[in-house]
Amino acid sequence: MTMELDLTPARLPADDLARVASAGLRTRPLRAALSALGIAIGVAAIVAVLGLSASSQAGLLAEINQLGTNLLTVGAGTTFSGQTAQLPVVAPAMISHLEPVQSVAYTAVVPNNVQVYRSPLIPAINTNALEVQATSLNLPSVLATSVAKGSYLNAATAGEPVVVLGASAAQRLGIDEVYPGEKVWLGKMWFYVGGILSPAVLAPEIDTSVLVGFVSAERFLDYHTSVTGHPVPGQPTMIYVRARNSQVGAVQSVLAQAAYPEFPNQAAVSQPSAALTAQYRAQSAFNSLFLGLGVVALIVGAVGVANTMIISVLERRSEIGLRRALGATREQIRTQFLTESILLSLAGGAVGILVGVLATIIYATARNWAVVIPPLAWGGGVASAVIIGAIAGLLPALRAARLSPTEALRTV
Amino acid sequence: MTTVLELDAVTKVYDERPPVHALRGVSLTVNRGELAAIVGPSGSGKSTLLHVMGTLERPTGGIVRVSGIDVARLDDRQLAALRARNIGFVFQQFFLAEHESALDNVANGQLYAGVGIAERRLRAERALARVGLEHRAHFRPATMSGGERQRVAIARALAGRPAIVLADEPTGNIDSVAGAAILELLQQLNADGATIVVITHDRELASRLGRQVRMLDGEIVSDSTTERQL
Repeated sequence: MTMELDLTPARLPADDLARVASAGLRTRPLRAALSALGIAIGVAAIVAVLGLSASSQAGLLAEINQLGTNLLTVGAGTTFSGQTAQLPVVAPAMISHLEPVQSVAYTAVVPNNVQVYRSPLIPAINTNALEVQATSLNLPSVLATSVAKGSYLNAATAGEPVVVLGASAAQRLGIDEVYPGEKVWLGKMWFYVGGILSPAVLAPEIDTSVLVGFVSAERFLDYHTSVTGHPVPGQPTMIYVRARNSQVGAVQSVLAQAAYPEFPNQAAVSQPSAALTAQYRAQSAFNSLFLGLGVVALIVGAVGVANTMIISVLERRSEIGLRRALGATREQIRTQFLTESILLSLAGGAVGILVGVLATIIYATARNWAVVIPPLAWGGGVASAVIIGAIAGLLPALRAARLSPTEALRTV
Repeated sequence: MTTVLELDAVTKVYDERPPVHALRGVSLTVNRGELAAIVGPSGSGKSTLLHVMGTLERPTGGIVRVSGIDVARLDDRQLAALRARNIGFVFQQFFLAEHESALDNVANGQLYAGVGIAERRLRAERALARVGLEHRAHFRPATMSGGERQRVAIARALAGRPAIVLADEPTGNIDSVAGAAILELLQQLNADGATIVVITHDRELASRLGRQVRMLDGEIVSDSTTERQL
């Protein structure tokens, strides 16, 4: 006799599949956790690197914005013969005549090999790579930097043997407080330390400078320049210009012309904020190293997951046989093990994302940056976990599906 | 009388060197409501016979019909569906998931039969009641005796009310007292209408079942129903 039988295999609904696939992991939680650890480390490294890099970039951009993107600098370029150009003495005044220019400050490297030392007993060769510069009195306000200790030069101290130290200069000279009578040796005589500047983000060259007033430089350090044969004080080597925000581009385009009408190509104009941003972008190339390490961890994690799955298939042959006897198709066995592998990897990925995000939050908060986790970081973390789980689980899943039911049942 | 399982001149040769002739022309019919024992020493081909009857293995020659369907015409997926709905298995080693309760073990037996979880649990409760384990439904197999475990496995095989239950040495891993109880249970379930084929090497056990089919070297040497000596 013949009966009409429905011989289409039943589909396993998603919730049943999830239950079946997670059963293997729940049975051996320690092994599952250890093999997911590799994935977790890799994903955490990638998320943290991307998150920290985005957060530090956001922090830097915020800082730059706060310092103002309207600062332009004019430096001495090179002449046709390759020597350092000499900017005209009148350049700062010429620039300040430009209508959108709000303020101008300038510095000049004091020539004649004047160096700064803690005392006359220091060998002359130990210069600490510091520069002595004569400066205009409005430098801190133009650079949007502040005086950390003591006070800046004023009309009175600019003519006296008084210096103000840049942040790094103070550190290298071993001076962190300004005491009355604190002195440094400038090769010929003692200068009093009047103040210490905070780091100047937009003009890092100031950090390694020791600043004196122009009058003082002329009076005590033999500071003379000879442009046309006559000694002229105040020839600038760097001019700092604040322009109105809306006119920065326009000012930048005419700045060289205004600073050095005769040879505009010998004046080097730049925008420190833009340069900083660009420099930052170049630095983030170092991140690729850490990303590479994260990828290596992921690969190691993938090998761990694949290993776990292969052992799992070997150990659970009788379960596979039983499931086939209960009516599971080959595809259902394959899907079960593939899903298990993806779940395992995904669990690792989730932990990794959590750790990476936490690391970013802690580090960024400690440095007062905005916490930025790019979608690429966590999205990529989830996606790579799923892909790794699928790849690592494919071979074991195919093996499990290929196993004949009797062969699977025979092994106990 | 309805024929549930029909084997006609079934042979099974394992492609080894030298080839192993596990079944040499076995013809056997199992009708609905039967409780049959296939008995023979180890190596007589009874396990292969169980696998072929349960469609876990395809015969080399001959015809196997389950519920009237020639299984040679079915592909792998259709065979799986046939097993899911029409054949129940009981194994010597129970094959229970240790981390799941008895109820879940029985319910998961219906996983591939296209039954929703609520219905699976309902069937599992009924099946556990039929084997007298309703009070142990939420215990894990690890906390159970061998006899209880085998009852859970029998409940799993019965839960979907398959056309036939194939039991491979169901008392092989338990002590004789529990084994006797299992035998009693099988007889009782058979009295309730289940068709059961028990495979065993234990002649004494086989003698207490309604029908004994004796096997030796891949052939049926006697069948108590037909009373013919081959």
